[in-house]
Amino acid sequence: MPLADLFPAIGRRVNNGIWRLGYAARFFLTMLGRSGIAFSRFSLTVKEIYFTGVLSLIVIVVSGLFVGMVLALQGYNTLQRYGSSEALGVLVALSLVRELGPVVSGLLFASRAGSAVTAEIGLMKATEQLSAMEMMAVNPIARVVAPRFWGGVIAMPLLAALFSATGILGGYLIGVVLIGVDEGAFWSQMQSMVDFREDIVNGVIKSLVFGALVSLIAVFEGYDAVPTAEGVSNATTRTVVTSSLVILFADFILTALMFRGS
Amino acid sequence: MPPEDFVSITGLSFAYPGGRQILDRLEMRIAPGQVVAIMGGSGHGKTTILRLIGGQLRPQRGAVRVAGQVVHELNTRQLYLLRRKMGMLFQFGALFTDLSVFENVAFPMREHTALPEALIRDLVLMKLHAVGLRGAAQLMPNELSGGMARRVALARTIALDPQLIMYDEPFTGLDPISLSVIGQLIRRLNDALGASSIIVTHDVISSLKIVDYVYFVSEGKIAAQGTPKEILDSDIPFVRQFVKAEPDGPVPFHYPARDYREELLGPHAAR
Repeated sequence: MPLADLFPAIGRRVNNGIWRLGYAARFFLTMLGRSGIAFSRFSLTVKEIYFTGVLSLIVIVVSGLFVGMVLALQGYNTLQRYGSSEALGVLVALSLVRELGPVVSGLLFASRAGSAVTAEIGLMKATEQLSAMEMMAVNPIARVVAPRFWGGVIAMPLLAALFSATGILGGYLIGVVLIGVDEGAFWSQMQSMVDFREDIVNGVIKSLVFGALVSLIAVFEGYDAVPTAEGVSNATTRTVVTSSLVILFADFILTALMFRGS
Repeated sequence: MPPEDFVSITGLSFAYPGGRQILDRLEMRIAPGQVVAIMGGSGHGKTTILRLIGGQLRPQRGAVRVAGQVVHELNTRQLYLLRRKMGMLFQFGALFTDLSVFENVAFPMREHTALPEALIRDLVLMKLHAVGLRGAAQLMPNELSGGMARRVALARTIALDPQLIMYDEPFTGLDPISLSVIGQLIRRLNDALGASSIIVTHDVISSLKIVDYVYFVSEGKIAAQGTPKEILDSDIPFVRQFVKAEPDGPVPFHYPARDYREELLGPHAAR
């Protein structure tokens, strides 16, 4: 590509990106303004918690278990060289609660639930269901988008907590049951070293933020999808890719803010 | 004095942003109780007219009045109130795929009324009975044939007894039996509800049997109008081509293109 074409092309992309970001921000505010129904008719949100949360349970629980098991194997390997293999419980718990729980479950949530939400809303648009709703004097942002967003926001911290819990169980199975680390030390060190405010609350805040980001990206991409088969498929891909990048980026920012120097 | 028109369209112009002119100073009136067909080739702005009447698009010039109100001047709340008097049947039904047939028809009632469940049940069954599908109440949309889905969507459209029913290509993709069933339903429901109906279609045969008046739209303008009989007898070339389904005529077979000879043999041609 000649240089003369390159700069306008870059300019157009940046321009489009900023325009889209502004559009997404306006969409977000409109949705917040229309969120009343998600709480006044909470059954709508509960249904979405079921679809995004309960149906993601298997992938979350199984992944959590394996991540915890791997953590225990790797952690034990390193810790025993320094004669501190009793600290395995702390290592597993802190890694999960602070980082891996929110981040990995966020990534899984984006690919399992986020993509499904985008595809569903995109297909509703492509088959004119959203238009039909508008013509029935029902606002689709209130009726379709808001419950899905809030369902995701509520489901995500619960999934992250379950991920961490099963991860710790996996760590216990490998560390204590299989390798033979002292059970008392495993749990008591974990209890004394994991701080509720510093570690657990911060982990929950992270998962809440990731839940909100993924849910927003998912509903926005679905609502904004080009109403064709190709458009919906592109939107679904974009949800997973953008969500993953945004989770990792936001994780860095949040970690830098939360755990500076501690 | 004749009764006031339920829908009146005056000087209506519309173009999509950066696109060509879709509608150009369109004039149209629909009286209460009338069933009106809007006909014309694909891509001539027929569906756009429905979206302008429903307030989903804003005109650049002119106005649509429904029940005396100028649609594009209403705020969101007023527009939603007006839409409760309208029903629209989308081309492929646009049924909510996650809800059963029963729940689809109950949807507008649940959203807009606080009727007790027992009454909603009876009303839904009555609406479904009117389209002959009371027995299909518990099916899901993916278990319906195209014609059945259209009828369920019709039951949902009339759920709140609208005063104006709009149909976007109601005859597309139906077998001959479903075709005449839908045609009869459109007429019967209109008369039973005392409503007005607008049918956007390119199916001349099916629609001329049931409508009171026809508008032909071409290039964003009214090319012809009249009662079904006047349309059948018309000697306007465009109408004749349409009614007789001739492939070429005022509506050309070819999309506008460069000269054929020049394109094949000109300087850019393959050697």
